Amino acid sequence: MGKVLVVTSGKGGVGKTTSTAALGAALARSGENVVVIDFDVGLRNLDLVMGAERRVVFDLINVVQGDAKLAQALIRDKRIDTLSLLPASQTRDKDALTNEGVDRVIAEAREKFDWVICDSPAGIERGALLAMRNADIAVVVTNPEVSSVRDSDRIIGMLDSKTLHAEKGEKVEKHLLVTRYDPGRATRNEMLKVEDVLEILSIPLLGIIPESEEVLRASNMGSPVTLNNPDSAPARAYFDAARRLRGETVDVVVPLDRKGFIGRLFGRRVA
Amino acid sequence: MNLMGFFRKNSSAPVARDRLQVLLAHERSVIGKNDLLATLQEEILAVIAKHITVERDAVQIKMDRGASVSTLEIDVEVPFDAKKAIPRPSSVSASV
Repeated sequence: MGKVLVVTSGKGGVGKTTSTAALGAALARSGENVVVIDFDVGLRNLDLVMGAERRVVFDLINVVQGDAKLAQALIRDKRIDTLSLLPASQTRDKDALTNEGVDRVIAEAREKFDWVICDSPAGIERGALLAMRNADIAVVVTNPEVSSVRDSDRIIGMLDSKTLHAEKGEKVEKHLLVTRYDPGRATRNEMLKVEDVLEILSIPLLGIIPESEEVLRASNMGSPVTLNNPDSAPARAYFDAARRLRGETVDVVVPLDRKGFIGRLFGRRVA
Repeated sequence: MNLMGFFRKNSSAPVARDRLQVLLAHERSVIGKNDLLATLQEEILAVIAKHITVERDAVQIKMDRGASVSTLEIDVEVPFDAKKAIPRPSSVSASV
């Protein structure tokens, strides 16, 4: 039985899709069987970030409605054969997704994969609720910025009340992933520090992804940053986060893009 | 601009942190209100209404979640002529 993980945030544009692709690829590279599922019906983008946009035949709604089997809709990654994608529908109405249908598809994916990673749409509406519904673990993606932190707080409240685990009186394991972090600006008090965000949201830290040009470069190329440039700072941060998800204890550092000796010198320990 | 002013100009992060802490303390209490507080409000109002005539707005219920202690604050405004209402609980229930 695999684990179901939702990547969520409330606010748009903070890096949910980037993080879904990067964590999915990092887990798959360590030998785990991973499927990433795009829940952003009508605004799908995970296929594009993963470079599979021309290979989409069937989508999540087709599978939910029984028009296609899960195996038919899954797109196997060309770079890592333990990584698969289930795209969202770009044209259909999201009302076509039912609770029961989604539960059934997730249950089937759980049987086949070690990790089922659900990429949530922004917002707190139905789409976001469907994405988090079956989750055992939630990765809350947050930028060190006031509106993102506020929206994450809201989403944490929903994870504690609107998921199947919550309805049964159980807990969803929640983790904070701080993205677009600039340690220099944080030191100069121009940006919220990770400690501030942790204190306000009070959920454990999964990782800190530094602001980096590599993220845009990877999405331009249609490749998760952990595959496109595994030695880059954001990729190393995502690999560390993936290892923590697998239960390993890894010191939290903010990797920097500076190379070699200087890079190690400035790789600052924060928690 | 003096040296202190120069340093203070860029220290916007502590302002952000303080604003968030105040805002979220408020929002959590409002959203945490959900069904529990609404139910409490209704039932407490019903109990009070059995004995005295009271306006709906005169019963305020607040819940504060603290780190170690949470409090439930019930604020009932009792009108001057409240006693007069005591002998006629039947009329209260009839009006509900």
